[in-house]
Amino acid sequence: MAERVLMKGNEALAEAAIQAGCRHFFGYPITPQTEINAYLSRRMPKIGGTYLQAESELAAVNMVMGAASAGVRAMTSSSSPGISLKTEGISYMIGSDLPCLIVNVQRCGPGLGGIRPSQADYNQATKAPGHGDSHILVFAPATVQEMVDIPFKAFDLAERYRMPAMILADGLLGQMMEPVVFTDESAKQNEKPWATTGHENKRPPNFVTSLYLDPAILEQKVTERFARYAEIEENEVMTEGSYLEDAELVVVAFGATARICRGAVNQARTMGMRVGLLRPVTLWPFPKKQLRQLAGTAKHVLTVEMNMGQMVNDVRLAVSGAAEVHFYGRAGGMVPTPQDVLAEMRRILGGEQA
Amino acid sequence: MSVVYKKSPVLTDAPMHYCPGCGHGIIHKLVAETLVELDVVGKTIFVASVGCSALAYNYFKLDMVQSPHGRALAVATGVKRALPNHVVFTYQGDGDLAAIGTAETIHAAARGEKLSVVFVNNAIYGMTGGQMAPTTMPGQVTQTSPYGRSTETAGYPVRVCEMLATLDGVAYAERVAVDTVPHIRKAKAAIKKAFSNQLAGRGFSIVEVLSQCPTNWALPPLQAIEWLKENMIPYYPLGVFKDTAAEGGE
Amino acid sequence: MTDYNMLLAGFGGQGILFCGKVVAYAGLLDNREVSWLPSYGPEMRGGTANCSVCISEEPVGSPLVTEPNVLLALNGPSFDKFIDSVVPGGQVFIDSTLVERECSRDDITLFRLPASQLSLDEHLEGIANMIVLGKLLKETGFSTLETVEKALEKCVPPSKRHLLEHNIRAVKLGMSK
Repeated sequence: MAERVLMKGNEALAEAAIQAGCRHFFGYPITPQTEINAYLSRRMPKIGGTYLQAESELAAVNMVMGAASAGVRAMTSSSSPGISLKTEGISYMIGSDLPCLIVNVQRCGPGLGGIRPSQADYNQATKAPGHGDSHILVFAPATVQEMVDIPFKAFDLAERYRMPAMILADGLLGQMMEPVVFTDESAKQNEKPWATTGHENKRPPNFVTSLYLDPAILEQKVTERFARYAEIEENEVMTEGSYLEDAELVVVAFGATARICRGAVNQARTMGMRVGLLRPVTLWPFPKKQLRQLAGTAKHVLTVEMNMGQMVNDVRLAVSGAAEVHFYGRAGGMVPTPQDVLAEMRRILGGEQA
Repeated sequence: MSVVYKKSPVLTDAPMHYCPGCGHGIIHKLVAETLVELDVVGKTIFVASVGCSALAYNYFKLDMVQSPHGRALAVATGVKRALPNHVVFTYQGDGDLAAIGTAETIHAAARGEKLSVVFVNNAIYGMTGGQMAPTTMPGQVTQTSPYGRSTETAGYPVRVCEMLATLDGVAYAERVAVDTVPHIRKAKAAIKKAFSNQLAGRGFSIVEVLSQCPTNWALPPLQAIEWLKENMIPYYPLGVFKDTAAEGGE
Repeated sequence: MTDYNMLLAGFGGQGILFCGKVVAYAGLLDNREVSWLPSYGPEMRGGTANCSVCISEEPVGSPLVTEPNVLLALNGPSFDKFIDSVVPGGQVFIDSTLVERECSRDDITLFRLPASQLSLDEHLEGIANMIVLGKLLKETGFSTLETVEKALEKCVPPSKRHLLEHNIRAVKLGMSK
């Protein structure tokens, strides 16, 4: 087994991206993701890659678009305010069917907000990553090890389905150190016959474009894209669950919040409470079916987020009234504690269990 | 009979959507001829922008990327970094390059990206129907400067070549026009130089082309050419503003 | 084995984050689950620095320590800020050269070590943090000296290799007090 090393989430993700075959990074410094930039600025020149500090997040994401058009694995990273700027490029890449990796190490908004951890960009990532009818793959790591594992998956799926992928982390995951293992997993390669690499007078020209002025053609393009989305929702949902079989109360949480909830759930189990945890690893596609099934056996669902209630709306839709849905959230960079979550679970189950 | 003139093989047979008397058709032809003459068609990537030339992908048999408005030079930077031995160029209008994309323009130039830029300056927004551009001249009437551009409220135009020539990353900046045959010949030479520079690994090369927009200037094509001569060339003098190769440097 | 939820706090420049990293690395080398989380960003500039370190048998839940069972405070403001958050029965380590405070709590154990003074006396300038760490190691037994030495080897960057011996000597000094 490869050695366990202690690494910061941001640096682990950066190294994983390199190992996943990314040689083109375009970014702009912003707390709390800057270590990704710093790490790649050290590493890329030594392995023949590109680290380019752009003049803005707008420029950075459009450089990613250019590199992705040319068929290479390209990425950018930022934190919440910077992601707002990137939404332009994200929409264009969706519309141009380009794969890439975007990392959002979330901080608090709106506006400059604060630099503390937050999950308040859930809606932006899963509902409107850019203008137009669109989706991107959204992964929510909960450990530094997942900051290592997910980039491989994200690049691969992004290429297979020809769409951008986002890793939606947060300040806690970016800044914390945990032991990680880098396996010798080699990056999967996908053919890119659509890339604009120069036709060498051997094939018809390739056009990477999101512009379709003919409504019939554009509708067809969007419809085809949504057919792919349906396939993704069918095949690519990732979750982690614990104590779900007999759970009367299912806690749903993602990212750093899920690890906090896991502590609370473990503690509650020792106290005899029938609680379980469902952690969506992919936020889009969202585990609708699994939640619907769980709602058949559980009476209550408690969603915990570092925001004012965003994923809870997807939970409500999935559960469709089959269980009572509750919400507990903190905002502004405040991090819920396991004690807070435990108190919430006791309040919900109070009448039914000691 | 011998063929004395034919359409460039890089151009498609699609009828162009450009208005009668528009300069884009001429400039497209100059770019197409240049790529053939330099024998780089197979390894060229055209980064299109947003403006009238957004539909250029219909007209060129080249691999093309359609970039967001103003971001062509960021997109082109990404393409070139991924394919450093290919030929990458942008074709941008004044709104794209000098208004919404000013930051991308200046920084690509400052970084000395090895790109060629064809910058079409017609002093107006063409595609959206004749609004004030960053290059609209003082007093010039447009849809959004109906009383003539007031320097009091709308400030002054940007002279792109003069501005970019101050940056160390720029290898070549020249302003040309497509109003007369001699000027068109000069424009061709400038465009060819911008691409040759890229092949030679010199830095950022930009050719600013003063071009007619009869429709939005509300003038017949011939009068539009006169208007360009009388109004634009005095304000935007033609010439070489920077040429590191000629100066003996790289 | 005991689970540790440690909070290490002081001024920027006192080596708080480094100290926490050594603790976390020792936990890793002992094959336990660990996490390290710093306070981060602009508010750190010239101000206080602190970090949370968890060492556990189970995968670490929240890496943010709000109720520490071990507090290491290298300045007065940190002591004031965090002393009340320590759980009953917790252990608190202070650099008594810099923290001139009385502690009103009788449900915790307070270890005072004049670490800054010792570092001057023993030609270990700038690494009072390692002296306090030695004391913390001895009193909590979160790991062994041997492991901490190995952790230091992992944490001291190659460019500062010559300081490794100094650091180890400082830890040993702290353990002897």
